[in-house]
Formats: sequence, structure tokens, C-alpha cells
Amino acid sequence: MVDQSAVGRAFTPVTARVEPGRLRFFLDTLGERNPVYRDDKAAPVPPTYLFCLEMMDATEPFEFLNALDIDLARVLHGEQRFDYHAPVVVGDTVTFKPRVTSVTDKKGGAMTLIVVETAVTNQNGVHVADTSRTIVVRNARPS
Amino acid sequence: MSAAHPSIGDIIVHKEFPPITRHRLALYCGASGDHNPIHVDLDFAKQAGFPDVFSHGMLVMGYLGQALTDAVAPSRIRSFSTRFAAITQLGARLTCEGTVTELIEQDGEKCAKLALTTKDQNGEIKLAGEAIIAL
Repeated sequence: MVDQSAVGRAFTPVTARVEPGRLRFFLDTLGERNPVYRDDKAAPVPPTYLFCLEMMDATEPFEFLNALDIDLARVLHGEQRFDYHAPVVVGDTVTFKPRVTSVTDKKGGAMTLIVVETAVTNQNGVHVADTSRTIVVRNARPS
Repeated sequence: MSAAHPSIGDIIVHKEFPPITRHRLALYCGASGDHNPIHVDLDFAKQAGFPDVFSHGMLVMGYLGQALTDAVAPSRIRSFSTRFAAITQLGARLTCEGTVTELIEQDGEKCAKLALTTKDQNGEIKLAGEAIIAL
């Protein structure tokens, strides 16, 4: 089981480019018709797209699970938060720096909540966003 | 009621989405970079103790984000958060809503706080969240 020693652990930074073709695939998948997103030169990214960019360009998308020895099949997404500080638009290159900020046992150890916070900066070093994901691990019952 | 001059209690976000299909989950797997097999591979889902594949939470949050930016320009969203209250099953027909709960000042900006929900066709809450938008 993941314990407090995981708090503070940082994982490999991920750098991703906001490519118009990949963004269109995302928009079409969600049936997104809002013209604000369809400008190939300066379209903003949709509110949840930073989460996708980090996974798309990660060498190892589930690195933090592997590093903490967590089985992917036992993981659920508990909470997700985005704080936006500056626009992210098509053509930008953004870098994600994730780290574990808390580990909490629930229900007498049946579940563990792990919070990973990620600072996001752009190609000019501007701190554009912070994201926070809470992962719920369904722990195996001790046999 | 308007997104530019909202009052507390105004429902400024409302959108309904087509039923969640296996095809949509497969597309979202590719489009989002989230290749967790639990959402597309029935064998894997069963092995993990689930009766079937189920939606990515982030697909549902993506729909909620779409409903939000139908009402509010993306550049005006200061924060957006949700709790994934329940698993969203195949066939779910989702309705996203956002209600103004507070008018606040944050970092020198007039903002509104919205309570956001995504419910399925049975009224079960799948996502409960919040957004701060600049007015």
C-alpha cells in the first residue's frame, strides 16, 4: 500500500505541443461545435485538455502508478481540479511537472486517496495553470 | 439571466449529451491519450471486478467543460473542479448544469462562483463540481 513516504515524490516532467490536428480529434470526439475552438491559429484549449496533453506526450503515461507500485486496474479518478493563470492556445508548448502532495487512507485502509499536483508552464516560462488530480486506489483485502 | 450579469440562483449552464457508447469511449481513449484499458477492454474491466467497461471520468468532465464554455468564454474561466461521485455507465444520457451560487471578488476581479452538476437520465449525480468565472 502507498504510504506517507510517497508525499513529495516528483515524476518526470512532460512537454507537449498543442497541435491543431490532435485538438480537432478531441473536439470531434466530444461533439464540440463551439467555433471558438476551431481557429487553427489562436484557439484556446478546452478546459480539461491540459489533462490530455500531459498523458498524450508522456513517455510513460502511468509513470506515477508504476513508480508507486499501484495496479492500474485498482484505480479510479476521484477528483480533478484546474486553476488557470494564463491562456493556453494552439501552437503553445507546455511543460507539466507532477508531484504527490498527499496520501490519505479511507475506510480503514480499504481505499487510499493520492493527490498529484502538477504545475504547467508554457514555452516562455509563464506559469499558465495548476492541475490537481485525486486518485482512488481500491486496496486489496489482506488475505 | 445572462452570463455577463448573473444573479445568485441563475442557471447559466445547461446542456444535454447523447448516450455514452462503446464507440465514443474508444474514440476518447485515442483523442485524450488516456489509454487505460478499463474503459475500452471488456476483458480487462471484468478482471478488475466491473460488470462492463465504463466512461472515463474525464470524458464526462469534458462534456461539463463544453456545457460551461457554451455559456462562458474559455478565457474567463479561472478554475474548474469536480468530484467524480459515481461511475458513468454505457448508455448514460448526461445533462450538465451550472447555477450561480456566489458573486465574489478574487485577485481584484469580479467573479461568479458556479455549482456544477452532471446527472444521468435517472437523475443520479455523476459529477459535482465548481467553477470560478470572471465577469
